[in-house]
Amino acid sequence: MRTNDVMLQTATKVVTFIILMFAVHIFFAGHYTPGGGFIGGLLTTTAIVLLMLAFDIPTVKKVLPINYVVLTAVGLLFAIATASASIIFDVPFFTHAYDYYDLPLFGETSLHSALLFDIGVYLVVVGVTMTIIQTIGEDE
Amino acid sequence: MSLVFLIFLPILAALFIPLLFKRLGQIHTGWFVLLVPTALFLYYATRLPSVMEGGTYVSELSWIPSLDIAFIAYLDGLSLLFSLLITGIGALVVLYSVFYLDKHREQLHNFYVYLLIFMSAMLGVVQSDHLITLYLFWELTSISSFLLIAYWYTRDRSRFGALKSMMITVFGGLMMLGGFVLLSIIGGTYSIRELIAQAPELAEHDFFIWALVLVLLGAFTKSAQFPFYIWLPDAMEAPTPVSAYLHSATMVKAGIYLVARLTPVFALSEVWMWLVAGVGLFTMVWASFFALKQKDLKGILAFSTVSQLGLIMSLLGVAAAAYHVEGAAETYLKYAAFAAIFHLINHATFKGSLFMIAGIVDHETGTRDIRKLGGLMSLMPISFTVALIGSLSMAGMPPFNGFLSKEMFLTAMLSLQEFNLFSMDVWWILFPVIAWIGSVFTFIYSLYFVFHTFAGKHKPDQLPKQAHEAPVGMLISPVFLAVLVVLIFFIPNVIGDWLVKPAVAAIQPFLYDSPQSVDITVSAWHGFNTELFMTLGIFAIGGLMFWTLRKWQHLYDLYPDPISLNRLYDELMVLSESGVSRFSKMYMTGFIRTYLVYMFSFVIFIVLLTLFMTDAFRLNFDNLAPIGVYEIVILFAMLGATVTILVSKSRLTAIIALGAVGYSIALLFVIFRAPDLALTQLVIETISVALFLLAFYHLPQISRKEERMNFRFGNAVVAFGVGLTMTLVALSAHSQKALPSISEFYKETVYTEAAGGNIVNVILVDYRGFDTLFEIAVLAIAAIGIISMIRLRLTKKEDQHENK
Repeated sequence: MRTNDVMLQTATKVVTFIILMFAVHIFFAGHYTPGGGFIGGLLTTTAIVLLMLAFDIPTVKKVLPINYVVLTAVGLLFAIATASASIIFDVPFFTHAYDYYDLPLFGETSLHSALLFDIGVYLVVVGVTMTIIQTIGEDE
Repeated sequence: MSLVFLIFLPILAALFIPLLFKRLGQIHTGWFVLLVPTALFLYYATRLPSVMEGGTYVSELSWIPSLDIAFIAYLDGLSLLFSLLITGIGALVVLYSVFYLDKHREQLHNFYVYLLIFMSAMLGVVQSDHLITLYLFWELTSISSFLLIAYWYTRDRSRFGALKSMMITVFGGLMMLGGFVLLSIIGGTYSIRELIAQAPELAEHDFFIWALVLVLLGAFTKSAQFPFYIWLPDAMEAPTPVSAYLHSATMVKAGIYLVARLTPVFALSEVWMWLVAGVGLFTMVWASFFALKQKDLKGILAFSTVSQLGLIMSLLGVAAAAYHVEGAAETYLKYAAFAAIFHLINHATFKGSLFMIAGIVDHETGTRDIRKLGGLMSLMPISFTVALIGSLSMAGMPPFNGFLSKEMFLTAMLSLQEFNLFSMDVWWILFPVIAWIGSVFTFIYSLYFVFHTFAGKHKPDQLPKQAHEAPVGMLISPVFLAVLVVLIFFIPNVIGDWLVKPAVAAIQPFLYDSPQSVDITVSAWHGFNTELFMTLGIFAIGGLMFWTLRKWQHLYDLYPDPISLNRLYDELMVLSESGVSRFSKMYMTGFIRTYLVYMFSFVIFIVLLTLFMTDAFRLNFDNLAPIGVYEIVILFAMLGATVTILVSKSRLTAIIALGAVGYSIALLFVIFRAPDLALTQLVIETISVALFLLAFYHLPQISRKEERMNFRFGNAVVAFGVGLTMTLVALSAHSQKALPSISEFYKETVYTEAAGGNIVNVILVDYRGFDTLFEIAVLAIAAIGIISMIRLRLTKKEDQHENK
């Protein structure tokens, strides 16, 4: 994959951001409309994979210096912490909490602890898929 | 203070041991550890006066309420006696170990952590009223014993001995768990006290005999009864403090404890009585006979421990007979339980001191081989005195406590003539005769142990070290125990009132309602009766045979090794290892395609079988969505793409065709209004095509010649079968609704309960959050697996194997 395709690279620069924005949107929208942490994570991965196809792995690593293994671990921690937090409040494991708040800019918004769990799912999905792709891609 | 928490005190203390060892290495860690058993001993001792009056203490800590599992500490005469033994002997052993284990050379933090874990586990075993937690602690003693035997883990023999004890005791433990489960099914409770209360009804049940045998297997393996005793001699590879503590005074008595504790439950059964008394007595005579074959000091003591445990076990078996006799409290049968408990205490004192002396001899001369030892009497006078007291007590001579309990043992065996159930009236004579023979050999090996070590000719040239008396600190514990041995002889009734009677009342609750009603007084002299003549006979014959020991001891070498139980164990281990590996090599070929064939064949088999057996296949075309042009077009596109995969000559084409199939499915999802699924399918397809490309990039080109695999009939059958199965399942799943759909529930509650709108996602994060949590955990594990396979590429380093 030693290509130097100007058109692909130029398009990628724009499209990546669109995909990333869409991923964020779909992640937050997940609780009410189609979407969620799993798809959000996969979409983010496609954006990064697109970058890797257009440029190459070393470049992408320089731009996004993320250790995906650590990212996976952080995601798992998020998920487990959200699930176990309910124990502190003396309710069964994995009980979610939610309420409605009036936030500036957003108006009335519902905040749900499921979102925290979903962040965990998101991070794990990105971490795992990228770990796999990077490891196989870098293998000589 | 709550009793339950006291059980865990040693484990909690163990947490600080590594810290103390690292930070305060100048002070021997044992000194800190000593505080724990001492404090516990003093605490338990304060409970004595009220337990003596028949009082009990209960303390409960709920653990898994939904399964009705709790830590219940129950302190009555029996458990208090054991608790005092565990903490008392524990304190002495820790004191001894301070001088036995060098603080600079030994890994003391490991040693004391294991020892404290063991202490907690053992206290848990004897105090638990709950069968499941009793089992838990039981296995914990096996594990800590394993760790302690393998303390010098660089030695092959240590590891072998540790594994052997683990294999045998854990096997027994698992059997016992089965017995416990059966008991709880029969009685409907896990509580031992409640089981005892309904003992007569339990005996009617079909499972009763199974529960009995399984529980006994657990007790016999732990207490080293025939034929399971073989692990104990090999466990002597442990440091001597451990042998003195675990393998003579406490852990091996866990089986005795269990038998004593469950006697009220099982004693109504004839099988119980015959098994416990018979196996115990046989073990006693067998092990005392083979003790004389041993050349290792600790080996002799190991066999003698096995033999003495058998003795106590047989007494408990006879004690069970008291349940079948009207007014047993008035007959001689009453002595059995008393003798069992009394001898248990005496054994702990004299055997503990003997083990410590064996350790001292090993420590100061460098060998435990009795053939190299001799003449140490003048060099180690204090050790010799202690050894003499311990041995003569073990031999059953006055004025030592062993004499009293040995006499009572003979009384109990003779008392069987009063028992005329279970065809005992014919066979009873065997019991005293075998007991007598066992006692003769006990007498001989006791003398053998002490005189062949300390008397005779000193052979300094054969000893690795210059022999000299042990330091004072090391002698404190054995001397203390030896003093007890003598003291108990003179005040047996004090011990009887304080310790033995409460325990006897706990073993035979139907006989006695309080410890005071146990009407037994121990006296050293009770006239010229059969027991006394038997004892005199033991001394005479035993003395004569010891005198001529050198002449006939070599006869033991005639015993053929190939038919020993140890050999059987070794053969079984080898067989299980090589046999299992041969079996797994039969089907583990190393080819993924073979494994796929296994898996798919099994799936086909199991699913089709279920379909057929439950008559689940249905065909119902009602309620189908109309098939439009789009669906037909997409379907043909999918078919075309699938055929392309099969016939394509390059991998790239195949991958892209596979992608086409996936995208078509996504389109189908769109048409059937499942945007979530469609979106996920699209993204997944994109990523997996990219992954395929990456992976195939590393593969060699398909060569022109082998562009097609040979047609394999077997594979074709499997492939066809999978397709057929899936089709049938899909059709049946659609055609019948055995259960009402759950989607209505989701629709109703998704907003009110979970505050969400998208059912699919709310299922993922809320309704089935547990699934998701484990799924992402599995994902992470898969990623770690891929990293370790590809990036770390483990190279084969066979020469670094630790056993080579």
